Amino acid sequence: MNRLLAALLLSCLPLAAAGEDLATGDLGLVIERASGTLLLVDRSDRAAVARIEGLGDLSHASMTYSPDERFAYVFARDGGLSKVDLIQRKVVARTVQAGNSIGGAISDDGKLIAVSNYEPGGVKVFDADTLAIVADIPAAGKTIGLVDVPGRRFAWTVWDTGEVFMGDFSAAEPVITPLGHAGANPFDAVLTDDAHTYLIGLFGEKGVTAFDLWSDTPEPQKFLTDYGKEGEDMPVYKMPHLQGWAFTEGQYALPAVGRHEVLWVNRETNEQVAATPVHGQPVFIIAQPASPYVWVNFATPLNGVVQVIDSRTHAVVATLEPGKAILHMEFAPRGAEVWMSSRDDNKVVIYDTRTRQQVAEIPAEAPSGIFFTARAHQTGL
Amino acid sequence: MRDALAIALLILAPPALADPAPARQAELEHLVIQDCGSCHGLKLTGGLGRPLTAEALAQAEPEGLALIILDGIPGTAMPPWRPILSEEDALWIATYLKSKEPAK
Repeated sequence: MNRLLAALLLSCLPLAAAGEDLATGDLGLVIERASGTLLLVDRSDRAAVARIEGLGDLSHASMTYSPDERFAYVFARDGGLSKVDLIQRKVVARTVQAGNSIGGAISDDGKLIAVSNYEPGGVKVFDADTLAIVADIPAAGKTIGLVDVPGRRFAWTVWDTGEVFMGDFSAAEPVITPLGHAGANPFDAVLTDDAHTYLIGLFGEKGVTAFDLWSDTPEPQKFLTDYGKEGEDMPVYKMPHLQGWAFTEGQYALPAVGRHEVLWVNRETNEQVAATPVHGQPVFIIAQPASPYVWVNFATPLNGVVQVIDSRTHAVVATLEPGKAILHMEFAPRGAEVWMSSRDDNKVVIYDTRTRQQVAEIPAEAPSGIFFTARAHQTGL
Repeated sequence: MRDALAIALLILAPPALADPAPARQAELEHLVIQDCGSCHGLKLTGGLGRPLTAEALAQAEPEGLALIILDGIPGTAMPPWRPILSEEDALWIATYLKSKEPAK
């Protein structure tokens, strides 16, 4: 009898009626940077299903997902941190936590959201449920390259001073440990997928600095310090982004700053093994999952082209023109499709990764970042 | 008389660069918002680069700003835009920035 009652009650719940709306595993959000809106997209249907408003200035925005893939935490240029519910399709919590921010991360247990700020510089940490502030860690400049590290920790770097920090939030009081000095003007940083190496790209000098986070006492190790020795560096019209740094075939594929090249570095020895001449200044270099290929987009004014490189031969195997001003690429988690935002054509284009042909497109207002919910389960994203 | 005055004014005016054509102005406005906006913010309120609002640039001379646009600031992330922009373009952008209404 009790069981019958329970079954009856369950069938009366409104959520059960909307059952199919409860699945978020093939959803994603596209940042529409001019209008400050998000486009909710369905990967399987290759369609937009809703537009979410009230996000503020999304000119440089990124996001991360809760472990259940229901909530997105959106970090906006104007310092706004918004919690978006993919099922209710709206902003459910929002705080303007700084004047100017650049990105954020979620702790490995999904309990904490950390935001990296430019103005005032520093890192603020929030409760993932309520967005109540948990910790406020000032810095001597703009913070960049904020990543989650297993064990309820975050690492970040300071653009102005080159300092690198580890924050441990596993106890009641946070413990902040300086790890050392990365170099001049680090522009972004990334954590390898195994959470072993924190890689920091330098703008103020040649090179990349690595910290071994599996070590109890990580030391800075600088490499790629003399790439492109011959010849003048070219102007950098858009800072490369490192979150997409490709790790493939035992190599890092890295953007050469001020050079139209992708650099290949042996992951074990940190030695450069090859350089691939490419169409422009690389911005994102992203590995196509379950394949030997990486896809590269470029800084303005050469941003209408995407190239595909084979990580075994380091040769460009395809040069595509998916649309005007390609700002970002996001792969389906198993690599079958890539979604690319064409800002100036106001659309997201979808390519099959085997044929490298367009299979669909979705209208969007000046789209930039594309974020699928599968990111919820990837360390460093 | 009117014509004579106009001519006199023209002669007296400092040599000015011609404004870019309207179509080019639209391209430049797009470039300012989207590409300058990558570092300075879509609303030009600052990011990796400093704010470029009319208020923030109130003390700056358009000619000086145009030079910064064309040649960049060595030792910083501000690149030289001379490969992409003409002197007329740069001066138009400088004047545009100084007169732009704050974004909502």
